[in-house]
Amino acid sequence: MAATRLSGGGVVIVDKPTTDQVWAWLDEVPDPEIPVISLVDLGIIRGVEWQGDTLEIAVTPTYSGCPATSVINLDIVTALGAKGVDKVRLRQQIAPPWTTDWLSDKGREKLEKYGIAPPQAAGGPARCPQCGGEDLERVSQFGSTPCKASWRCRTCLEPFDYFKCI
Amino acid sequence: MTHDEALFQFLLRMGDNTLILGHRVSEWCGHSPVLEEDIALANTALDLIGQTQFWLGLAGEVEGKGRTADDLAFHRDAWDFRNLLLVELPNGDFGQTLMRQFLFDAYQSVLLGRLISSSDERVAAIAAKASKEVAYHVERSADTVVGLGDGTEESHARMQAALDYLWPYVGEMFTGDEVDAAMADTGIAPDPASLQEDFNVLISRVMGEATLSVPNAKYSHKGGRSGVMHTEHLGHLLTSMQWLQRAYPGAAW
Repeated sequence: MAATRLSGGGVVIVDKPTTDQVWAWLDEVPDPEIPVISLVDLGIIRGVEWQGDTLEIAVTPTYSGCPATSVINLDIVTALGAKGVDKVRLRQQIAPPWTTDWLSDKGREKLEKYGIAPPQAAGGPARCPQCGGEDLERVSQFGSTPCKASWRCRTCLEPFDYFKCI
Repeated sequence: MTHDEALFQFLLRMGDNTLILGHRVSEWCGHSPVLEEDIALANTALDLIGQTQFWLGLAGEVEGKGRTADDLAFHRDAWDFRNLLLVELPNGDFGQTLMRQFLFDAYQSVLLGRLISSSDERVAAIAAKASKEVAYHVERSADTVVGLGDGTEESHARMQAALDYLWPYVGEMFTGDEVDAAMADTGIAPDPASLQEDFNVLISRVMGEATLSVPNAKYSHKGGRSGVMHTEHLGHLLTSMQWLQRAYPGAAW
């Protein structure tokens, strides 16, 4: 059997960024609704993979009807384009469904500093993100975005957003 | 009817329920009694419309004629819709809207719970996603039905009137046909009649807490799921919902 060799000289070496590098870049893209946390913090980037010369990013929606989804897709393509990655394919992945368990620890801390109580398995906020008070009441299960509920602190009397646990 | 034709019909039923109810609920936007309720209704409508994109998107894929979720939502006329009559009924007052929401949420939470183990993994994936959102919907609509039912004399009377008016539209949820039989045979979706027991348990508990009586009437209005006969209300709803695509076909921005 004769060995086949590709003829040399015509090979173009493309410097593809590593997937780790891409993850780091995506961790700099803010969530359009809650800009203190990144898309990676939010846990909606489910996969980064090179397929030939195309970078495929798997994205999962937080809530089915979240209007930020199209903005998020645009932001991903724009951010990667700015780093020189022109061939990006976005793939919507709905299974397994997004859960607030995928929020990063860094993201949770940033949420609280920003004034949004992070999700808790118990179903309600642990403390007021403004004064730390623990005497809290729920105003509504729904809030200013699909992912938040409205709560109030009975200590400082301020209303605040709670990131719903799903 | 081939398997894919039956699956297409099943998916239209799922997607048309969420689309039509989502549109109805969105009619409250800016008109609710208090700000928190306005936000809650708008959020619920948004979830329902989002779920519609999945159901009708898959319906278009299964149909194989290149129709998108938007094509199915905006380019079909009343007789091609497959939603329950319940969801196309006008909103009435706030209490009637929330009573309709609770009856639908109760049905949907039981149905989605079964669809999570559908033999079709695409159906199972949508059900798993949607059921998380519906868990919030049913919690809130049940709370509101209890709050208003077991509220003042006025709110109680209105909630009882809403239940009496809407109850004859519930039976359609559990009446199967050949589409349902085909779905049940292949393990894609449960036989609708098998959902009734869990539904009744939830209804009895909530209506008991709400001090409301479930009517005894056995008659059910039907024809929405099969498309045989919708109420006159659907056409009016579509006139509003589809106006832009009817006036400017294919308009995009």
